[in-house]
Amino acid sequence: MTAPSPIRRNAPRFGSADRLVPHARLAGPMPWVIAIMIALTVIAASAGLALRNLSANAAAEIAGGLTVQIVEGAPAERERQAEVAVALLSNREEVAEVRRVPDAELDALLEPWLGQQGVAEEDAIPIPALIDVRLAGPVTPRRLEELRASLAASAPAARLDAQARWLEPVLGAVASLEWLAAGLIVLLAATSAAAVWLAARSALGSNRETIEIIHLLGGTDAQIARIFQRSIGLDAALGGIVGLALGGAAVWLLGRQFAGLGSGMVAGGGLGPVDWALLAAIPVAGVLLAILTARLTVLAALRRIL
Amino acid sequence: MSGGEGSIVQFDNVGLRYGTEREVLSDISFTLYPGSFYFLTGASGAGKTSLLRLLYLAQRPSRGIIRMFGTDVITVPRGRLPAFRRRIGVVFQDFRLVSHLSALDNVALPLRVSGVPESEIRKPVADMLEWVGLDQRADARPATLSGGEQQRVAIARAVIARPEILVADEPTGNVDPDMALKLLRLFEALNRLGTTVVVATHDVHLLKKVPDSLIMRLDRGRLSDPTGALRYPPRREAAS
Repeated sequence: MTAPSPIRRNAPRFGSADRLVPHARLAGPMPWVIAIMIALTVIAASAGLALRNLSANAAAEIAGGLTVQIVEGAPAERERQAEVAVALLSNREEVAEVRRVPDAELDALLEPWLGQQGVAEEDAIPIPALIDVRLAGPVTPRRLEELRASLAASAPAARLDAQARWLEPVLGAVASLEWLAAGLIVLLAATSAAAVWLAARSALGSNRETIEIIHLLGGTDAQIARIFQRSIGLDAALGGIVGLALGGAAVWLLGRQFAGLGSGMVAGGGLGPVDWALLAAIPVAGVLLAILTARLTVLAALRRIL
Repeated sequence: MSGGEGSIVQFDNVGLRYGTEREVLSDISFTLYPGSFYFLTGASGAGKTSLLRLLYLAQRPSRGIIRMFGTDVITVPRGRLPAFRRRIGVVFQDFRLVSHLSALDNVALPLRVSGVPESEIRKPVADMLEWVGLDQRADARPATLSGGEQQRVAIARAVIARPEILVADEPTGNVDPDMALKLLRLFEALNRLGTTVVVATHDVHLLKKVPDSLIMRLDRGRLSDPTGALRYPPRREAAS
């Protein structure tokens, strides 16, 4: 007998770890479970991002918006006060833009409810004159009060409203939906972690004999955990790619449908390049979560044996 | 127990019980010296496998002290035990081959666990398989090997990393007398290279085949010393 070659001991690397545990790959349920989770997470995240964009765009658009209504029944007096109000507002420093909404535009807006007026001005239903005002900066209660006071003497029929106030309930509801999307993402992440935990436990159970052998041959917990991390990480990567493709396709199709509506507010909820990059990062986060969960599960199980 | 200097393994008043049952091993004290060849004998149920499990660090004792390679392995942190296990080769009674790996990959396991580069694995593993007469079955899975062939793969795996201690639990139990003798010669050859060999067997005929061996006998969990194996310095008497 010749002496076998000397070997290095305590080397940190574990060559060909992938050979030690058989893999089911796409034939097993794990990649598909992760694919579904990732697809749902991508959809929930894109909904959250779209709502955030929509809310931010709408809020930015109306932040400095103010509507002045001249509520006066007599057409001539209404016209006079409207002209005075426009003149006064135009001269104020904090006002960036003033626009008198033309009567024709008002008529067109009200036509679906009131029908075509088509009568003499004196006989028509009195419609307030509308002035659209945009301030430099947001409409604060103090600024609103100052403007109201400045109009009170020369245009007593003027009523001022901050546009943001009208949208407050809508933006509140949108914020709730954003939180709901965030909650869904957390739940899906927890469910994914639980699925990986179960898979790791199952893999540990079905490979118990192999693990014990490696353990008794001097394999460290970290080496054994790496075998499972690698296996589950590959499953998660496969699932992540499939999930991202499914979720991304669903989001793209929905985006196209919403874009087709042509609604200004909905258009503000489109996804930008940064949003798409965030969505693309979800499978990466999923793989990292799966690897971490697998590692912690395996290490916890191994600590129970000597 | 006296002495212990220069020993590779030292058991001092070791006891082992599983759960709340009575002790399966009691007051076990002995010293193993580098380069010696020991037989551990005893009837079935005497505690041979339990004692071997303590030796290859699969089990902690309920009491007593175990020193291996100069270190108290009872108090050593769990994370340091793998380094000790890599210095011990084990032939399990039930072989414990990894079913989905080929004979070659099974034999290569200790080298891979030790982090030996793949390029340095194939040659020694092939040599080892040739040495145990299985070079033609290198790619066979354990399920397709006979009991004797599986046992030889298990032995090749136990010795491939040149362990300082080789522990074998009934290593000739599944082979014919010719192969048993051949395997014993293999252990002897390894022993001559400096490995301390501990072979558990209930086959008294086997004891006579290795003239320089020392015998420890287990009887209902207690150790006796028919050849002075437990004394220091060990008497190199032939098994009778």
